[in-house]
Amino acid sequence: MSDVVTERAIDRSKMEVSDEIAIHISDMNKWFGNFHVLRDINLEVRRGERIVVCGPSGSGKSTLIRCINRLEEHQQGKIVVDGTELSSDLKNIDKIRSEVGMCFQHFNLFPHLTILENCTLAPIWVRKMARKEAEETAMHYLEKVKIPEQADKYPGQLSGGQQQRVAIARSLCMKPQIMLFDEPTSSLDPEMIKEVLDTMIELAEEGMTMVCVTHEMGFARQVANRVIFMDDGQIVEENEPKEFFDNPKSDRTKLFLSQILGH
Amino acid sequence: MSNISFVREKEIPQSPPPITESNAIRWVRQNLFSGWLNSLLTILSVYFIYVCLRDFIPWAYGGIWTANSIRECLDINPDVACFSVIGARWRQLLFGFYPTEEYWRPILTFVLLFISIAPVLIPRFARFFWFSLIYPGIAVWLLWGGSIWPVFSIYLAISLTGLVFFLAKNKFKLSSGFSFTAAILFFFLYFIFIAGPFIALFKYILPINLVLIESLQFGGFLLSMIVGFSGIAASFPIGILLALGRQSDLPLVKMICVGFIEFIRGVPLITLLFVASVLLNYFLPPGTSFDIIIRVIIMVTIFSAAYMAEVIRGGLAALPVGQHEASAALGLSYWQSQRLIIMPQALKISIPGIVNTFIGLFKDTTLVSIISLLDPVGLASLIRADQKWNGIYWELYVAIGLMFFICCFGMSQYSQYLERKLKTDNS
Repeated sequence: MSDVVTERAIDRSKMEVSDEIAIHISDMNKWFGNFHVLRDINLEVRRGERIVVCGPSGSGKSTLIRCINRLEEHQQGKIVVDGTELSSDLKNIDKIRSEVGMCFQHFNLFPHLTILENCTLAPIWVRKMARKEAEETAMHYLEKVKIPEQADKYPGQLSGGQQQRVAIARSLCMKPQIMLFDEPTSSLDPEMIKEVLDTMIELAEEGMTMVCVTHEMGFARQVANRVIFMDDGQIVEENEPKEFFDNPKSDRTKLFLSQILGH
Repeated sequence: MSNISFVREKEIPQSPPPITESNAIRWVRQNLFSGWLNSLLTILSVYFIYVCLRDFIPWAYGGIWTANSIRECLDINPDVACFSVIGARWRQLLFGFYPTEEYWRPILTFVLLFISIAPVLIPRFARFFWFSLIYPGIAVWLLWGGSIWPVFSIYLAISLTGLVFFLAKNKFKLSSGFSFTAAILFFFLYFIFIAGPFIALFKYILPINLVLIESLQFGGFLLSMIVGFSGIAASFPIGILLALGRQSDLPLVKMICVGFIEFIRGVPLITLLFVASVLLNYFLPPGTSFDIIIRVIIMVTIFSAAYMAEVIRGGLAALPVGQHEASAALGLSYWQSQRLIIMPQALKISIPGIVNTFIGLFKDTTLVSIISLLDPVGLASLIRADQKWNGIYWELYVAIGLMFFICCFGMSQYSQYLERKLKTDNS
């Protein structure tokens, strides 16, 4: 596990954290059946923040970010995204989902649609954008993730890294305010991890609000402005990356870091 | 680990794959005689095919087409087929007792059938889908005849109901549920108050009539096609809805769908057909006559819809949950995601099963002979009851089998074409 994610200097000119709150989670609890996955979660994400959520597997970190766009339903507490509270009101859910982009561990591209169609689908059907305009936007973002020449191929014909970059472009086409990343590099070969992380760094450089569940500690160190450590469904520790890595407070964090950085 | 990012920006041009050596003798040696066991199997298979065809080919090829009865056939040559029965009765096999001077109507309906399924089957013609929608009405009017206005009135009712729904939702900004209720209410009000006077008025102003044909005059392959194609067209959407209902989070919807599917699948089709032909009359208010062919179509439809639902559920189950999540995360609504993401993939996976059900349904239409409708099999018994043709078996059934085979083989070929076309990966 490398400590640095990129050797180039990261352009921090647009990476500013505003006072405006993008995501506010208070006293949130969630159960899967009888299993208490998330306990008393309190989290505030400001606009422009890059947050990395880490922790051992089964600690509830994926579940946490999946609650933010209601892929999982929480049972107690309050989640407010962009001023809209998540409740069972479908209108709020649809509104939040169109403002919050998400990338998955397994990309989840739509295999029956071409790359371009994957990217234009939601703008056309959810944003009611004209096809031509949607295609232009899509090509713009595909160029950004450096695969415009694959636009007419199907996802099954692309490598894992390319697919993940398409997935990022697909989310960006909805012009989201917030991006959620659920272990975006965990199912990739080492040489492909790099290209996906580079795309994510570029996104961070443009000032995107990002919440990333990832084991890429190099990314956390260089790009994140806050690292959150979760264990057993609780937020155990949160701090700036430098403090977090050099000076972990709780024993569980120390153990986790020694395991993940030890080799 | 190097930290210089490498992302390939240009594709390397592809070099052609090696040309496989093809040579007839090599092919034969590799595929038929690659070892002593395979050589033996090849020889045995060839012998088997020979034995099968040895008697059949001369029997069919030398068949007699000109005799007037089975007696004459036997006098000419008792060892060959007597296809004369088909020459004498082909009209009945195709049309049943449909009046000869009106044959142009089923033929025209049949031709229009191809035009109406083209937009569904071939994407290039998709913009003519409106014809597929009005085709059922045209077909009903052409086949049964009578005045055009009742059929027109039904289409008018459906369009106006759609218009009411659209206006309520978009002009008056009512909620979907409310607009839907209003539309349904309008639909019933239309049939209670408007339909009768409307039909009467137009029958008077502009009488467009065809000779009325009774359902019992229908028969032969025409009947099979009507029941089969209506069943296929109707059971497919119903099957999709049932499959979705079975996966629904709403307990009542789920219960109804599961109950329906399990009940219908657990009952033989013949029982349902008997219900259609006999029992339904007891349940309906006295005096209502409910066309026998329509009753049969309804039964065949719900029967195959139950099977279709299970086949499609298999396709739905095969989809990774990530597809649902990705479409939800992009903000697509339930119906949008079903229509654009889930169903195209689930249906593609279930093509073999769906076509299997279609073919099964089409062949099951021969069961209507049990309730004394005269489909080709029912007609075969009738023809054999004729003194002139009493004793004929093979020739009739071979001909009927061939007609069904052509239709079913066509469906199977189309499904294979569709599977090839929808393949989107490299394998």
